[in-house]
Amino acid sequence: MTQQEALFAYCLRRGDDNLILSHRLSEWCGHGPQLEEDIALTNRALDLIGQARNYLQYAGTVEGKQRSEDDLAYLRAERQFMNVKLVEMPNGDYAHTIARCFLYDAWHLPLQQALMNSADEQLAAIAAKAVKEITYQLKTSGDWMIRFGDGTEESHRRAQAALDELWTYTGELFETDEVDAVLVKAGIVPEMGPIKAAFDAKVDAVLNEATLKRPADGFMMTGGRQGKHTEHLGFMLAEMQYLQRAYPGATW
Amino acid sequence: MTAELTREHIFSLLENVKDPEVPVISVRELGVLREVEVMDDKVLVTITPTYTGCPAMDMMRADILAELHKAGIANVEVKQTLSPAWTTDWISDAGKRKLKEYGIAPPEKTADIRALKGELPVVECPQCGSKDTVMVSAFGSTACKALWKCNSCLEPFDQFKCL
Repeated sequence: MTQQEALFAYCLRRGDDNLILSHRLSEWCGHGPQLEEDIALTNRALDLIGQARNYLQYAGTVEGKQRSEDDLAYLRAERQFMNVKLVEMPNGDYAHTIARCFLYDAWHLPLQQALMNSADEQLAAIAAKAVKEITYQLKTSGDWMIRFGDGTEESHRRAQAALDELWTYTGELFETDEVDAVLVKAGIVPEMGPIKAAFDAKVDAVLNEATLKRPADGFMMTGGRQGKHTEHLGFMLAEMQYLQRAYPGATW
Repeated sequence: MTAELTREHIFSLLENVKDPEVPVISVRELGVLREVEVMDDKVLVTITPTYTGCPAMDMMRADILAELHKAGIANVEVKQTLSPAWTTDWISDAGKRKLKEYGIAPPEKTADIRALKGELPVVECPQCGSKDTVMVSAFGSTACKALWKCNSCLEPFDQFKCL
């Protein structure tokens, strides 16, 4: 695998994680439990789609085949999406949505902080920009976890159930393969070890304050990074890509 | 390109390009306009996004092109840069004053010790000036704002998030 191929794959992974989670959050538009939360989730979706756009634009540049970020978002099939399964799962209840955001943010922040030191200037620039937004997001998703966990019996039960269900999807966030190996060697992406340590510390601190129990590490889902997804992604793409598929080349 | 076309002249023309969401503040006052270079064959304008997903960026780019075309400058390129990342510290003092007059509480300095510790800032109500205010939601009507409420005059207001 050449460095260029690895960098292209890496940008797709980062872009797809953000894009798919952004789309899931946008599904809450008009359905939030209260107006302020409805707006908060769509704001989050907006930040993520901006970050996805940066990565997919750069992926297109690295690939050198004149594919735009829109081509990559709207004209790939599900087996060509490289996101983790965590972000494609249906929304569930509000605790489920917030718990997923929290787990994602707790991984995303240390990863992007480390990417600020990338030997690749564009990856470092994207990360420096994203870190400011993710810091804010992690603060709010962490606050909600504490409020749910340390709230009523019902909110605690729902938050714990969400964590228990989502935990098996967190292993994928820390998987590494040849793509990472090639780029770590070139100083372009960080080692996963310290990212995992930062994730563990943050999760433990928040769950402790939230009086929630950290699920035990056992079986972990895998496959997303190889394009092997759950059935849910195809349904989502059918909706997300509908316009470009029905009216190829349509623009605003 | 005509000889009298200077960097300063273009900066002053671009004072007319406002933030589409907050039309009292110019792209220059907002800190989005980073650089203007007058080259032999074109004018290169460099802008940086406030938030990566801010939908107003495409509009600002179009408005910059339109403003310079209107002034007879045909060959303009607008380039977007991510680094260094935009910060609310780049909003000029005049810009902050205009935000407040418009009803949006301006951002505090990022060097504020509370921002460092992740605590909420003391935000003055842009309507009545009271410091007895409370955050209603960490996210507001646009990516750059949070929603606050004043306990004195009871009015809700937007606060420009410190970034």
